[in-house]
Amino acid sequence: MSVSEKIVADFVANGIEFVTTVPCKQLGGVIDAVEKEPSIYHIPSNKEDEGMGLCAGAFMGGKRPAIIMQNTAIGVTVNTLVTLTQFYRMPLPMLISYRGELKEPVACQVEMAVHTKALLNQLNIPTYHFHKLGDEDELDAILKYTFMCNKPVAILTDATFWGGY
Amino acid sequence: MIRSEIIRDIAPILRDQLVVCNIGLPSQELHMIDDQASNFYMLGTMGLSSSIGLGVALAQDKTVISIDGDGSVLTNFGTLPTIANNVADNFILLIIDNGSYGSTGDQPTYAGGKTSLAAVAKACGCETVIECQAEETGGVLKAAIESKKMTVIVSKCESGNIKVPVIAKDPVVIRDRFMTEVTRRNA
Repeated sequence: MSVSEKIVADFVANGIEFVTTVPCKQLGGVIDAVEKEPSIYHIPSNKEDEGMGLCAGAFMGGKRPAIIMQNTAIGVTVNTLVTLTQFYRMPLPMLISYRGELKEPVACQVEMAVHTKALLNQLNIPTYHFHKLGDEDELDAILKYTFMCNKPVAILTDATFWGGY
Repeated sequence: MIRSEIIRDIAPILRDQLVVCNIGLPSQELHMIDDQASNFYMLGTMGLSSSIGLGVALAQDKTVISIDGDGSVLTNFGTLPTIANNVADNFILLIIDNGSYGSTGDQPTYAGGKTSLAAVAKACGCETVIECQAEETGGVLKAAIESKKMTVIVSKCESGNIKVPVIAKDPVVIRDRFMTEVTRRNA
């Protein structure tokens, strides 16, 4: 089983049935695995705040949601995270491609990477960072934690974790 | 007819459906006119009424009506292709189009200018799009509910506001009673 398939298997084992995604090269394998998983409704969104709205609705409709996005989206979604997901106390696992870390070829990505953890910290969002293969073993516990506490939770996955580009 | 008059007019229809209501005055007006456990009031996050409503519709079987505004749809234009490509026949997007940003003092929107939201929705792939006048909203909405087809309604009305109190309910209470009602109606 590939890492991407393991991640999606953890989603399924934790009852996640509604996943919204914004395209990402690094998370392409996970997005493909989500699309192939019959128990998950995969709904690509055009922007991450839109995706968080979809997830909030799905949660209230009775389905456990998740969002897959890049860390640049943290810059886009602060208002939504604060006034929707957190204000109404809703769970949202955020599987995030941590662009701009070691092995990053594109300089501009670093500009958002240096703010990523600071922003998440400022927003009091529990944050986990997958850096080495095997770190994904914690995903099951992170998902259980997310749906226990009804908070948005960030899972940052960097290029070293994904084996570089 | 202004937005609050439309809401007053359609309140008896809304009561039997799940409703996601747009931020600011629309939620405050609906809350004042006919507060129901089946109403989810947005207290923040401009633009996401249609996204939240589509999410609720895709996750369960009962009809969901998102009450949105022209300004809010303009804020989250990406929602229309998502709606078009993820057909939920229990979803109705009701855009009350008064051509202005009502909650912030009636500044004009582009929808009140050259932009037709009905034409945009059609171009995005939404199959059933109905533009109507304010007075026709109740009838069009009823027919949309009965059709069991995903429908986008653009209701053209005059701009203008009434004085309404802010919603003091705790967001978690709003969310919890809405979810309890969703569960009850799906039981």
